[in-house]
Amino acid sequence: MELTSGARLRSATDSTEVIVVRAPSEPVDLRCGGHPMVALDGDAPSASIEAGFDEGTQLGKRYEDEGSGLEILCTKPGPASLSIGADPMHIKGAKPLPSSD
Amino acid sequence: MNIALLLEMAAEGAPERVLVGPKQKGLTAAELLACSRRAAQRFQDMDVDHVGVVDVNSEAIPLVLFGAGIAGIPFAPINYRLPDDQLRALVARLAPGAVVAGPDVGPRIAGIDGVEVLSRGAFLDGVATAPEGGDAPFVDPDDIAVLLFTSGTTGDPKAAVLRHRHLTAYVFTTVECLGAGDDEAQLVSVPPYHVAGLASVLTSVYAGRRIVYLPAFDAETWVATAEAENITQAMVVPTMLRRIVDVIEERCVRLPSLRLLSYGGGHTPLDLIERTMKVLPDVDFVNAYGLTETSSTIAVLGPDDHRAAFASTDPNAHKRLGSAGRPLPTVELEIRDPDGAAVPMGARGEIYVRGEQIAGEYLGRSVLVDGGWFPTNDAGYLDGDGFLYLDGRLDDVIVRGGENLSPGEIEETLLSHPAVAEAAVVGVPDPEWGEGVGAVIVLRPDAEATAEDLQVWVRERLRSTKAPQVVEFKDALPYTETGKLLRRVLRDELRQKETT
Repeated sequence: MELTSGARLRSATDSTEVIVVRAPSEPVDLRCGGHPMVALDGDAPSASIEAGFDEGTQLGKRYEDEGSGLEILCTKPGPASLSIGADPMHIKGAKPLPSSD
Repeated sequence: MNIALLLEMAAEGAPERVLVGPKQKGLTAAELLACSRRAAQRFQDMDVDHVGVVDVNSEAIPLVLFGAGIAGIPFAPINYRLPDDQLRALVARLAPGAVVAGPDVGPRIAGIDGVEVLSRGAFLDGVATAPEGGDAPFVDPDDIAVLLFTSGTTGDPKAAVLRHRHLTAYVFTTVECLGAGDDEAQLVSVPPYHVAGLASVLTSVYAGRRIVYLPAFDAETWVATAEAENITQAMVVPTMLRRIVDVIEERCVRLPSLRLLSYGGGHTPLDLIERTMKVLPDVDFVNAYGLTETSSTIAVLGPDDHRAAFASTDPNAHKRLGSAGRPLPTVELEIRDPDGAAVPMGARGEIYVRGEQIAGEYLGRSVLVDGGWFPTNDAGYLDGDGFLYLDGRLDDVIVRGGENLSPGEIEETLLSHPAVAEAAVVGVPDPEWGEGVGAVIVLRPDAEATAEDLQVWVRERLRSTKAPQVVEFKDALPYTETGKLLRRVLRDELRQKETT
């Protein structure tokens, strides 16, 4: 699917929602629970979570796909996990800065 | 990426957590979101191009900010301390607009064409009781979220543009979602029209940290509120810090809840930082450097850096206490010469920054250059370990017979004199050299020093061309209420004296 920065998507299998923070350099097969994610205003989740894609998503974590440069932010968590095709996406490690404002 | 997403996520993860006001009866994340949605509906119904606030700090600030964000209408906080004519001129620039104003301000901005003034009280009542609004419009990440009128130490105020994508990038990359413990509370005394006041709403809400507002800064009230509300952290500008430390010293207050104190928004003298660290030994300190045009912080000197520098007897390591720390990992920073070429490490030049949070834009005009770099107009240099040292505004550089003299270095030297409490260095006209060094000095109580003493002091430590040829003594230096030294005022005063 073509993803643009700021696009919001929902899982077809659970409550997970994400927003695209950095668009990928090429179309990617973004999935949650093993099924392609859909637009935020798309149909309510109906598919079941595939085995192996059930590790959960965490609110506020950024997930990245190094290959395409895609970076997404989890805006609503759920029990399914994010992947590009069958490859799991990883949480982008970031050290929060000391509060400065 | 709407700034309101930050609030939506906090409300998703911790709906019952109190985010604004007193711990017992403040607004929870879920309530703040519901009220902001009603505020958004109100603004949409008014069909305006801008939503302004001309007021002291109150719980209306986050509601108006997020309400405007949800509605996709730019939010413009304006300095209520401006004289009437300037205030009305700025408010008129918001037409067609809605402006939330406190009881003291409302009458001062009445009757401006195309501007509807909403009283804060009526606005708050309305958003607490109105029916739920309809669907929020789609807001493009590239839409304008905030217009901040820069303090304009020179000329007319410019409207700095911050888009949704700049502010959300800043928060997403520097703050962990709901990373704050539920006992954490942030005391906000910086005014709402200052970028740090704006950013404190976004970062605190996203971190899940309760915001406690001071309507306006006052050191006694600050200390009393910090004690009463179990404040765990706060951000202050240097002039506030000095007054707070005075109160803490006078009253031997301890502030046991306070864990972190961040300061920035102007030059903080080394001796003030040392004094503060002595009276609050258990507190973590953060020095933040940022500009309105960069969505707040771009470099920080963190707690560990403070402790290491404070404890070090090596002059080079100790000096770091006066640095702005290192650039954020998400911000590129370079020092460049007047031709735009990078200078060698340790050399002075103009600070340029690039990154997703860097807006570098005024209404109708981006000032970003080649590939997204923002020339800050701040002078500075980097040391071998990547620590950034600030050296004033480029415009403040004194050009004496072709030699560039930076006021910062001369001021630091003057401040190291035991009798000097505050020092400001500005250019004065000089028939021979074009410009010369003028110094305005505030002496410590009961201390004495003559102009000649200070001239010799600088000459011996720097060199003779940097010694001030004019030294004036005053009871106080002029600052903006957010701690920026008004050099222009001093320059004009000295010029006046020279010519009469």
